[in-house]
Amino acid sequence: MSSDLLLDIKNVCASVEEKQVLKGLSLQIKPGEVHAIMGPNGAGKSSLSNVLAGRDAFKVTDGEIAYCGEDLLELSPEERAHKGIFMAFQYPVEIPGVNNLYFMRSAFNAKREANGEEPMEAYPFMMKVQQLCGELEMNPDFLKRALNDGFSGGEKKRNEMLQMMLLEPKLAILDETDSGLDIDALRVISNAVNSLRNTERSFLVVTHYQRLLDYIKPDFVHVLANGKIVKSGDASLALELEEKGYAWINEEV
Amino acid sequence: MAGPHCLVSIYSCGIMRPEKNLLIKEVGVAKRHDPSIDSFVSKRYEHGFVTDIESEQFAAGLSEDVVRAISAKKNEPEFLLEWRLEAYRHWLTLTPPDWAHLKMSPIDFQAISYFAAPKSNANAPKSLDEVDPKLLETYEKLGVPLHERARLAGVAVDAVFDSVSVATTFKDKLEEVGVIFCPFSEAAQKHPELIKQYLGKVVPYRDNFFAALNSAVFSDGSFVYIPKGVRSPLELSTYFRINAANTGQFERTLIVAEEGSYVSYLEGCTAPMRDENQLHAAVVELIAKTDAEIKYSTVQNWYPGDEEGRGGIYNFVTKRGSCEGDRSKISWTQIETGSAITWKYPSCILRGDDSVGEFYSVALTNNHQQADTGTKMIHIGKRTKSVIISKGISAGQAQNAYRGLVRIAPTAVKARNYSQCDSLLIGDRCGAHTFPYMEVSESTAQVEHEATTSKIGEDQLFYCQSRGLSEEDAVSMIVNGFCKEVFKKLPMEFALEAQNLLAVSLEGSVG
Repeated sequence: MSSDLLLDIKNVCASVEEKQVLKGLSLQIKPGEVHAIMGPNGAGKSSLSNVLAGRDAFKVTDGEIAYCGEDLLELSPEERAHKGIFMAFQYPVEIPGVNNLYFMRSAFNAKREANGEEPMEAYPFMMKVQQLCGELEMNPDFLKRALNDGFSGGEKKRNEMLQMMLLEPKLAILDETDSGLDIDALRVISNAVNSLRNTERSFLVVTHYQRLLDYIKPDFVHVLANGKIVKSGDASLALELEEKGYAWINEEV
Repeated sequence: MAGPHCLVSIYSCGIMRPEKNLLIKEVGVAKRHDPSIDSFVSKRYEHGFVTDIESEQFAAGLSEDVVRAISAKKNEPEFLLEWRLEAYRHWLTLTPPDWAHLKMSPIDFQAISYFAAPKSNANAPKSLDEVDPKLLETYEKLGVPLHERARLAGVAVDAVFDSVSVATTFKDKLEEVGVIFCPFSEAAQKHPELIKQYLGKVVPYRDNFFAALNSAVFSDGSFVYIPKGVRSPLELSTYFRINAANTGQFERTLIVAEEGSYVSYLEGCTAPMRDENQLHAAVVELIAKTDAEIKYSTVQNWYPGDEEGRGGIYNFVTKRGSCEGDRSKISWTQIETGSAITWKYPSCILRGDDSVGEFYSVALTNNHQQADTGTKMIHIGKRTKSVIISKGISAGQAQNAYRGLVRIAPTAVKARNYSQCDSLLIGDRCGAHTFPYMEVSESTAQVEHEATTSKIGEDQLFYCQSRGLSEEDAVSMIVNGFCKEVFKKLPMEFALEAQNLLAVSLEGSVG
């Protein structure tokens, strides 16, 4: 395994409730790269995101995943989070009664503590979050509400981006973050991602549509079909897909 | 020093932080568990030990002689003995209720000993110095350093060890304003006229099987009297602990709040581990006169039985308050996490016009625990109001039932009730049941009922974990979020305690 890779997925097979969802998927991501994963419904896009984030129901049956040179599959979801993996959910869950700000501070400090840092006090944390709210054009009243409880689709996605900006991941996985967003929200979210782009941080942008990639320019585009990557290319591949649909891929493969 | 989930640990925690939410993190004990949502590994009951104190205990069995003996032990006035005997004779005509959503084998009431007192209490101690050091040691083990607790907390404590009160503090401060707060047995001697006037007025011995039994054999309990216009300068608190094997405990609590007075009363308990089922049948009576307010909070953590459902306390409680005067108010707040079986319906009779009854409850059952709990709000006076917020949490193979009655009498013009009953399930082998009863006989009344049932989803847990929180912290956070409306009603330090208790009770409930 080469040490300059952030993520090295080798021939991974995975299943959910006996159903095979990934069938020998390989993908390499270097620090600072933005990879887009596209593909038709049921191709395994969300499965890939969930496998990387460590969801229990997704069992890896074969293959290896190295993250920062470490065996990712040995790590619990929270350990992955502590080491810099972040997944923005396609459908963020509602947790009634749990204050949004409190939740974020718990997550933020859990990561800091796991990395041997002092937890951040309430006040400076509040200031930090409020500033990020501004960047995301979010009303700070959000912070007082229960986590995702009664949020609109767009509000939930902004809230995911807020957490991403707070947690400053090494590898951010955006699982169909663009689904159900209007154009304004799409712009705000893309700006958030672009503001975080640097030479160290990598993104895996899972999307169904090319539209998001107008705003977030990927270095690589991969087409996922039937549980594996069947075609890879640069940003132009996304445009080609948009034009021709996914059917021709299946024919080609 | 103080254990992580004894009621008192809060006082040794020092400064309370203003942001309540921040506290949750500290009580969720981080620990990794075998990842399977079905593996319910219950935490061993931490308060499980039996103190080696010679109990003065009656042989098992119940008869008129036993009732007389209990009364004699306590040097009770004649009227009280007569009352006990009437209750006993009535009890003989009753059979245990079977309508609750509970599975249990019949209780052999002749196999129970009806009196146990720590022997060292034969010459009642005047101060803590005179208390058997072993008793104090027990408190220490439970994390209840009585002297320190009293000093730190400013809480008057009438500690009930087994059936006899052994120490009462802060009496002077209460006496200054005329508040009476003492063991029931003491009140029977010093204030017989008050006992005679109020005992059994809210919960008559004819009320139900367990109330009749309690009335016949009650061992001790607390008596509180708040004179007209007085706000109790202290939160009153009583600890009930059960410490003698095979001894049922029959507490009797009576609180009378005179016109325009206010009192907040806190009750909490832990008990040693043992194999036999223990019967507990308490009676609590509250009386609020015109413009008076009584706030009664309970944190109940009795031994729930082991992971297989062996042992544990049977808790059959009759709690009822009477809002006698206009604009009076009674609030019940309960956090129920213990006992193998809980049968308990703190109720309010709203007689006075504009009187208010409230019931805020969190009932958590894990492993094989069963709870059938709820409230009754009886609206009689005009414009009476009641609020019911019930949060039931089930894990393991536990069964949790809410049972509530809202009755609007024809006299209760413009009465209002709001009920909300939410159930949270953890895992797929537990059950939640809601039995709301409504009897409305007044056309201007407004009665609202809302109910929800939800599961702690794998998706909620995963979401939290993917943000870096441990599974235990995540469960604790979700459950505390679910209970928030009720915790808000507890005094600040008890809210922390309640969160603490829930975290401990649920440890390992989601693998």
